[in-house]
Amino acid sequence: MRDAFGQPQSVLVFGGTSEIALCVVNKLAMARCKKVVLAVRNTQAGEEAADTLRALGAEVSVITMEATKPESAANTITAAFEAAGGHLDLVIIAAAILGEQGELDDDPSATANLVTINTTWPMAAMAALRPRLIAQGSGHVAVFSSVAALRPRRSLYTYAASKAGLDTFTTGWAESLRDAGIKVQLIRPGFVRSKMTTGKDAPPFSTDADQAAQTIVTGLASSNHVIWSPPILQWVFMMLVHLPQALWRKLPG
Amino acid sequence: MIPSSQATLSGWGNTAPSRATLKRPRSASEVAEVIGAASNHVIARGLGRSYGDPAQTGGGTVIDNRGLVQRSMIDPETGTITLGSGVSLDELLREAIPAGYFVPVTPGTRQVTIGGAIAADIHGKNHHVDGSFMDHIEALTLVTPTGTFSISPSHDPELFWATAGGMGLTGVVVEATLRLMPIETSSVLVDTERFDDLDALMDAMVTGDHRYRYSVAWVDCMTKGARLGRGVLTRGDHAAADQVPLDKPRLTPPGAPKLAIPFTAPKGLLNKFSIAAFNEAWFRKAPKHRDAEIQSLSTFFHPLDGVSMWNRLHGPRGFLQYQFVVPDSASAVVRQSMELLSSRSVPSFLAVLKRFGEGNSGLLSFPSAGWTLALDIPLGAGHASAVLDELDDLIAHAGGRIYLAKDSRLSPHLIPTMYPKFEQFQAVCDRVDPAQKLGSDLSRRLNLRG
Repeated sequence: MRDAFGQPQSVLVFGGTSEIALCVVNKLAMARCKKVVLAVRNTQAGEEAADTLRALGAEVSVITMEATKPESAANTITAAFEAAGGHLDLVIIAAAILGEQGELDDDPSATANLVTINTTWPMAAMAALRPRLIAQGSGHVAVFSSVAALRPRRSLYTYAASKAGLDTFTTGWAESLRDAGIKVQLIRPGFVRSKMTTGKDAPPFSTDADQAAQTIVTGLASSNHVIWSPPILQWVFMMLVHLPQALWRKLPG
Repeated sequence: MIPSSQATLSGWGNTAPSRATLKRPRSASEVAEVIGAASNHVIARGLGRSYGDPAQTGGGTVIDNRGLVQRSMIDPETGTITLGSGVSLDELLREAIPAGYFVPVTPGTRQVTIGGAIAADIHGKNHHVDGSFMDHIEALTLVTPTGTFSISPSHDPELFWATAGGMGLTGVVVEATLRLMPIETSSVLVDTERFDDLDALMDAMVTGDHRYRYSVAWVDCMTKGARLGRGVLTRGDHAAADQVPLDKPRLTPPGAPKLAIPFTAPKGLLNKFSIAAFNEAWFRKAPKHRDAEIQSLSTFFHPLDGVSMWNRLHGPRGFLQYQFVVPDSASAVVRQSMELLSSRSVPSFLAVLKRFGEGNSGLLSFPSAGWTLALDIPLGAGHASAVLDELDDLIAHAGGRIYLAKDSRLSPHLIPTMYPKFEQFQAVCDRVDPAQKLGSDLSRRLNLRG
């Protein structure tokens, strides 16, 4: 159960090997979170992450998710609640791939695959999650979007579009759960220097995974609908979305 | 049909709300029917004055005891009255005071029900003389998932003392017989003293509390250095008929609230600056020394009842109360706790310091001999969580404990240390509720049912 500070005792992470998400969960486990379910595509990587969490005193279950098969999302949700003992205080949806824009540009199946993993699967999972959250009478969901969702760039537009879809869905989904007392937050990180972005040039306002995780943990305890990381990006993007395209195109990153 | 609705419930601190089905049964058999029909956890709720999450259970059924309001006449021979668990102390006092009786134990508000008073085994300013609420309960009727029991200190004492402070986890109290305290007037003779430092205040309490039925001190935890813990000590006794002016009414029942906070205040209204200023003003307005002032029962016991919904002042994030007790051998912890909060800039309203007498046999009853300090902390400061965790360890190590009726953030691993009779409590719960039907957000958060 959540405490007065909003700290969860149990958490489920989709994309349980995401570097930022794991960093967040490690910080939660150092506080009150002693029950963790990691839903992962790669079980071996999941078990490694689990060991770190176990060392922090958490009881961890690793379950597999087939991120390319949205029809399996409902079963994954069922398995996750079973592994958690029937109740979850916090669900973090972090599974995503970035892709290489140059390879995606002319590849229909790679494009469809990216959207399936980043958008379709999470949306299907959230539809399966909704009645369970309502039934437990409380709960908190944090969905990883990206500042890229706010305005696409040539170098990252497929990923940006997939996150924009999830971002819009989550915003409406949050409204649908408002009266049920379920807290939903969007996480919009900027560029995070992590294994997902290895080899890419870091633009201004980039952070490392630990800095991003600290901002996110603080944000999870707040009543903000959107958690920006770093927080200044909220104001930067308020301006950037209105920048003429000719200027936007010339910005670094 | 038993009235039923869906409701989002939280404690008085307005933190960690959850939704449940709220049902208002009107008799023991209806309570049994609700428990029997529930497919998920069930817990009773009174007026919601516990600060945290003991009277809510997300996704389950909450039994609103305000439908259980039957009451007997006061027995003039014994001064006892049998009441439905949903009767509030306020309602009881409106009837009892004009008849020449007061409740033997009252917390800082009259807006608690008999059921809630039992579940938390509440205490008041007279604990050092009169003990806690359950010391004045002669018998009660408890509906459990395995049947309805009439219990008392002599009849199934184990279940009786598990119910004392048991946070509703042994069953739903439907009725209780309470011994009232005879009074001659509704006035209290109050002595007030102001102390510039904590040591002088604590000395005065150790040496002089026994001369008074009621004693409590307000202390300022936000000052630093020598003035840390400066405080105002108020002590008093019920005034006898010949101690109040003849032109004053003798037995006046409590009035209605004069003020209400109409909406939730903006975030951050109460912060370390505004609270420090409030504490300063409160300290300054107290007299250095004043003897035998005549105060009404409401002014002396329930000052905050004059402002309804005062919890809204804390804004949308809510607030938490933190109350601990430590034995006399660890009286240094009182100062250490204030130093910790002050040095780490955790803001806290005037804290309440009091000496407890011996505890009773309640398995999870909070009061035990020593010092108790209650703090009121707004939930702006995120770092307060880690500071309070440190404080928990300090208290547990000193043989002290945290009050469950106020808790909203304790770590479950400290419960067995703080409550040495915890296993015994669990065994009684297992006896009357083997399927673990009774449960609250608090019991799940603190793993009270294992």
